[in-house]
Amino acid sequence: MSRMSLIPYSLAGLVLFFGLWQGVVSVGLVSAFVLPPPLDVIERIWTMMNRPFAGFLLHEHLASSFMRFFYGFALAATIGIPVGLMMGRFRLFEEIITPLFEGYRYVAPLAWVPFAALWFGTGIGGPIMVIFTGAFAPCVINAYRGARLVDRHLIEAAQTHGAGEFRIAREVLLPGALPSIVAGLRISAGLGWQSLIGAELIVVSSGIGYVMVQGQSNLSPSIVMSAMIVIGFTGLVIDYVLRFAEARVRAKWGGA
Amino acid sequence: MSDIRFEGVTKVFDRGGTPFTAIGGIDFYVNDKEFISVVGPSGCGKTTLMRMVAGLETPTDGEVKVAGNTVRGPGPERAVVFQQFALFPWKTVYDNITFGMRSKGATKAERDEAVAYYLKLMKMEGTENSYPHQLSGGMQQRVAIARSYAIDPGVLLMDEPFGALDAQTRTIMQEELVRLARVNPRTVLFITHSVEEAVYLADRVIVMGRNPGRVREVIEIAGMREEEDWTSHPIDDVMEMESFTHLRGQVWRLLREEMGGDR
Repeated sequence: MSRMSLIPYSLAGLVLFFGLWQGVVSVGLVSAFVLPPPLDVIERIWTMMNRPFAGFLLHEHLASSFMRFFYGFALAATIGIPVGLMMGRFRLFEEIITPLFEGYRYVAPLAWVPFAALWFGTGIGGPIMVIFTGAFAPCVINAYRGARLVDRHLIEAAQTHGAGEFRIAREVLLPGALPSIVAGLRISAGLGWQSLIGAELIVVSSGIGYVMVQGQSNLSPSIVMSAMIVIGFTGLVIDYVLRFAEARVRAKWGGA
Repeated sequence: MSDIRFEGVTKVFDRGGTPFTAIGGIDFYVNDKEFISVVGPSGCGKTTLMRMVAGLETPTDGEVKVAGNTVRGPGPERAVVFQQFALFPWKTVYDNITFGMRSKGATKAERDEAVAYYLKLMKMEGTENSYPHQLSGGMQQRVAIARSYAIDPGVLLMDEPFGALDAQTRTIMQEELVRLARVNPRTVLFITHSVEEAVYLADRVIVMGRNPGRVREVIEIAGMREEEDWTSHPIDDVMEMESFTHLRGQVWRLLREEMGGDR
């Protein structure tokens, strides 16, 4: 079956899920306070988009979360990809970086929150650093793997035709590793988005994570649930955009 | 002036802890603009020899000198044509051919001119915007050869460049290479498995022996070729001439002696 013909099944699954969820509350099996039903959540989202909550409208919170995410993610890619390519190119560099990198990888992004706040504050710097720590690893790992898979003869052809290391990185390693890098960016975006919400639960005074914290202290489960739905939906959109980019790269470059 | 001088060149590889002598002390001199074919049984180190001239391997002992300077690393004055073509799959024919020219700072006009010249010479007009995967193996290798020629290298190094091509394409490419070498003579080190190819193309053929890799014998071809005027005959006719079969037989006998242990 083609992907298109499967869409009705996906939709049916969603309808069934939300229907059951609404049903158990409407019938009275579970109270609306413990499990806010979908219709309440939709209404709440609509309200928050028209009346400021915790200082801003809902989409303004989302925009500020997304900006933090974007900066942190872009920073992780800008630093992570060259580091990964260099590790793939230079054995010595790989040996120096690997132990540090493996150690960092097992420290959860949220564990960085105290130092992120201490070093870069709770405005924009701190959260960006938390996203960075979440998004950095897949950028490095996939650029490294991609660079290692580049045909050795292509690098040698570049060298014997006068290319320096910078040109080899830009015109041979980067395009050669691109399919692997784009796949890494997708993983990286997912981890970055998750880390951001974590960070916002602890620091800052705007953003979707902050909306959740405020909802919790106002004893409003429907606000918390609304924020969760917005987080999930935004994550889905980010993934979809990168999935599209990945498919485009693969179509042009072939798999790797 | 781009001559190549091997001075006591030795290469020892580390094979899982045990040293393996790939090249055991080679002294040899290649004249400027001379075409040298290198044949030998597998494992005789002929590719290693070429890679040391390219600067992709460093001799364990001795020196390789090109135009009087000791080779210390890869450079555009010693361009390599690889058996696997090694074209950049994400670059067009135009960008592949001009890759080396850009390293040397060629202008757009110079690059346009070179691409037009080589595509015409190789009867590949109109392919400048194609990608390598859209071309046949023979055309890909033509592009790779043009990429090397285009930077005007003193030395051209070819590592079994026709080894991945079918017999028919291979024959055509051999003729074309002779033509190209005539209009644009270079110092060439040509590694091959094919005795016929080696004899047809070269001024001199080096027959290498192994354990360790060394120069077993050098066979003069150029004198006979000019005397019998090979270049004015099609390749199939040349390969039936007595002068050719005699030289081919000579190279074969040496090779068979070297491969004796294999049988």
